[in-house]
Amino acid sequence: MAEDAILGYLATAEEIPDSGQFATQHGLHHNDVVNVIKSLHGFRYIDAQDIKRESWVLTDEGKKYAADGSPEVQLFFAIPQQGSISKDELQKKLEPSVFKIGCSQAGRNKWVDMGKQVSRKVQHVEDKVKGLLIRVQNGEEIGKDDVNSLKARKLIVAQTWKGYSVRKGPNYAPKKKKVATDLTRENLQRGDWKELEFKEYNFNAKGPPAEAGHLHPLQKVKQQLTNIFLQMGFEEMPTNNFVESSFWNFDALFQPQQHPARDSHDTFFLEAPSTTRELPEDYVQLVKSVHESGGYGSRGYMYDWKREEANKNLLRTHTTAVSTRMLYDLAKQPFAPKRYFSIDRVFRNESVDRTHLAEFHQIEGLVCDRGLTLGDLIGVLNDFFSRLGMSKLRFKPAYNPYTEPSMEIFSYHEGLKKWVEIGNSGMFRPEMLLPMGFPEDVRVIAWGLSLERPTMILYGIDNIRDLFGHKVDLSLIKRNPLCRIGIN
Amino acid sequence: MPTVSIGRDRLFAALRRSYTQEEFEDLCFSFGIELDDVTTEKAIISKEKHLEEEKPSADDEIIYKIEVPANRYDLLCLEGLAQALRIFNGQAKIPRYTVAKISKELMHKMHVKKETSLIRPFVVCAVLRGITFDETSYNSFIDLQDKLHQNICRKRTLVAIGTHDLDTLQGPFTYEALPPPKINFVPLKQVKNFRADELMEFYKSDSKLKKFLEIIEHSSVFPVIYDSNRTVLSLPPIINGAHSAITLKTKNVFIECTATDITKAKIVLNTMVTTFATYCERKFEVEPVEVISFDGSSSVYPDLSEYNMEVPLSYITGSIGVPLEVDEVTNLLKRMQLNAEKAGSGHNISVSVPPTRSDILHPCDVMEDVAIAYGYNNIPKRKLSSLKPLPLNQLSDLIRSEIAMSGFTEVLTWILCSKKENFEMLNRKDDKSTAVIIGNPRSSDFEVVRTSLMPGMLKTVGHNKDHPKPIKIYEVGDVVLLDEKKDVGASNHRLLSALYCGANSGFELIHSLVDRIMEVMGTPFVPVGDKSGYYIELSDEPEFLLGRQAKIVYKGRRIGNFGIVHPEVLNNFDIPDPCSFLELDIEYFLQS
Repeated sequence: MAEDAILGYLATAEEIPDSGQFATQHGLHHNDVVNVIKSLHGFRYIDAQDIKRESWVLTDEGKKYAADGSPEVQLFFAIPQQGSISKDELQKKLEPSVFKIGCSQAGRNKWVDMGKQVSRKVQHVEDKVKGLLIRVQNGEEIGKDDVNSLKARKLIVAQTWKGYSVRKGPNYAPKKKKVATDLTRENLQRGDWKELEFKEYNFNAKGPPAEAGHLHPLQKVKQQLTNIFLQMGFEEMPTNNFVESSFWNFDALFQPQQHPARDSHDTFFLEAPSTTRELPEDYVQLVKSVHESGGYGSRGYMYDWKREEANKNLLRTHTTAVSTRMLYDLAKQPFAPKRYFSIDRVFRNESVDRTHLAEFHQIEGLVCDRGLTLGDLIGVLNDFFSRLGMSKLRFKPAYNPYTEPSMEIFSYHEGLKKWVEIGNSGMFRPEMLLPMGFPEDVRVIAWGLSLERPTMILYGIDNIRDLFGHKVDLSLIKRNPLCRIGIN
Repeated sequence: MPTVSIGRDRLFAALRRSYTQEEFEDLCFSFGIELDDVTTEKAIISKEKHLEEEKPSADDEIIYKIEVPANRYDLLCLEGLAQALRIFNGQAKIPRYTVAKISKELMHKMHVKKETSLIRPFVVCAVLRGITFDETSYNSFIDLQDKLHQNICRKRTLVAIGTHDLDTLQGPFTYEALPPPKINFVPLKQVKNFRADELMEFYKSDSKLKKFLEIIEHSSVFPVIYDSNRTVLSLPPIINGAHSAITLKTKNVFIECTATDITKAKIVLNTMVTTFATYCERKFEVEPVEVISFDGSSSVYPDLSEYNMEVPLSYITGSIGVPLEVDEVTNLLKRMQLNAEKAGSGHNISVSVPPTRSDILHPCDVMEDVAIAYGYNNIPKRKLSSLKPLPLNQLSDLIRSEIAMSGFTEVLTWILCSKKENFEMLNRKDDKSTAVIIGNPRSSDFEVVRTSLMPGMLKTVGHNKDHPKPIKIYEVGDVVLLDEKKDVGASNHRLLSALYCGANSGFELIHSLVDRIMEVMGTPFVPVGDKSGYYIELSDEPEFLLGRQAKIVYKGRRIGNFGIVHPEVLNNFDIPDPCSFLELDIEYFLQS
């Protein structure tokens, strides 16, 4: 309707100067006309220019008076033509606000005598206010003084009226073509796709969100690391045993029973099941003896090794507990070189903060072979870390109870412009390997790091709780990009 | 690879025993040839003519089609193949082929004219004297020429063989190249005289010969062999003359091979004469022919000398991976028709390669024959280092991807939680028989090791209240249960959980996820009680709403539950929206 009217009108006329007048002339609602103008402008059938006009509309109070009369007139008619009425009596006959305003306005107009008794001063009054309000309501012009006085009494307020002036646009046609937003099966069946004119796409906005499932960022990084280990010929160790005995977690690694890591401050010990039910007794004796008095060329720690300490169950503090069990099994076979890795959960009795959790994932790699050297360890670390994009490494001497030599691994971080610690490594001590039964020339080199730290660096996350646990924002998981380490 | 068709019974006669088909296949397999097909002459003919196959009758001769290696020309006919297998079986010794010692004057001569270099420059010849054919050996003789023409002769382009009844001819012979109109003779299987150019025209309609015409037809001169009476022996590589055609009665055979490749010509000639010298009066002896070039140089053929090679024992044993003594190796080589003996100090083996074995180029060929004679399948295996997979982790990863593909988002929650979260808040009672209890927790957040993935999942939903609904999340992870069978008294279990949270419970969605998981595990949906697949039954677990929950029974065992989470539980975890939850133990999928 409105569309035909506008396009038809412009076929002969240069311009529609005012959409409001146009609506009135054509018996249309201005709102409809405005909507059509916006749409036609979008398709560039027409060019529309904004017009703004100030106009006056009645406030709620103004509307009331336009219907019921002004308060002063209402008050006036409440007073008897003859005689007088007590002020209290008069107040009862009127609404409180009407009474209040009426009194002051009627007094100012000198229509009434105000006292304890109220009486008319004149016999006829004209409700000029009501008249003015009705005229405003009808959109008629009123005088400037009247406007000011009504405005002062808050009976009218200014309102901005918005409309358009309209001319032909570059795509003007007297009748709008039907524009399509999409190609449908019906279009193909009817064959009318040839005539279709498509609405332009808006490429400034993104498309709607894709419906998808998502993998967790830590799992994605874990997957890539697993691939890297496999490419380097490492076999995955079974690490699905969170509960471990102190023996396999500490003693078998030649970690003395007084070592601070074995304090309850660092390790979760268990109430149930509190102790391990069995250990390989022959091997336990060898471990006890190497702790107490050494052997294999070692002096040992020279203390009283307690079986009860070794029996205590705990949540494993490192996956090296698993490596130890694997090496123990390996030593029982005729010797064959092995490369093992694992990436799984470990537990530390720590306070949780931005960078620490009571549980995290440890990445561990180890190589067991004859005649391995520190050069092999540095070589394998360079290979491994350069696949993670860290090719600039250096190694700091460090202490670790079960490795000797021990090296902390530092990588130069190009973004932070500094050396950051990325992991720990070393050669397992003979006091650990020889009681297992390995030949003397067999050496084991190993390294470990956390999965969370490289992941946080990779994805620019600075609070570990934003990455792992139930407080993670699901949107972060959904937005998270592919993990491409190892494939650059 | 070339295929040779051989009558089974004749082959077995030559091998001096009969085999079941399976036994013969085993023999072929270990020698490196293959019984490709078992058929009859009739079947081959009707197949060629596209006729309906007749039912084979008992007296039809059974034909074995045997595939031989492309470099073993000596195996292209019954005689050579049977001999090789007899020697392989240790039933026969390697023959020594000799060239008859006759004086140059008595030797047949072939004079080569200069013009032959324009079209087909080489010819080599030999005589098989005192031969006795029977029908099958005669056919085999013709057949071998065919096979050689097809294979090493590259459809006669490199070498063409002509065989003649020597007694119909009069030497010396000449190999010439003449303009076609000047050549005139009665070709094989014809009765009338043809001029060579007419003959070419005539053969354009001959389905068998027309494909060879292009080898010479554009040349100004055609190669031709005459005897001293100007009898045409052959117009190589097209056809022989009718005059000298061999028959069953032929006693002395003159063989000429014309060629563009002299090496191949020698191999072809050697193959022909060594194979059929077995039928000669003097077995394995061949009469030589002198070939005299236009430039006066002369050569005597065939060259049946052996090729000698010294091969280190260590090379052989080191390559095969079997420790063998010299004697063992020489015995094995003899079974492969290679004469071998200890050389010098015994670290080397001296090998004499007979003229039949033109495929032996390098010690590696000798080494291969040792391995074949030893038996590939007797060689002890050496295992390369390789990696074993962890089935549980690999299965977990496969299932994780499948669930993500079903539109769920993976979460990774903590293994430690409070006792309250693990029991009370799930409406569960702690009967002290399931959970691992921490003795020294720093905070109540780390009192127990989870026995279910449910608290972590519900906490995740509780902390993601502002996330647009529906929320579809999953986790595959370990829980720990007390376990008397384990040394430490507890064991991990790999569980899968999934949760839907939205304006409605999403129970159907979780139900269909269960079906999808079973589908990817290849498990059929079966009636209740059937242990061959999975079924779903109403369950009664406190964490789920009554009547709105089920257990999943997989191959007769309950492996998990799903249902609408109990509103009290939702309230405990501060979740205002309905949720459905699934949890099952995927380790059952690894058990058979």
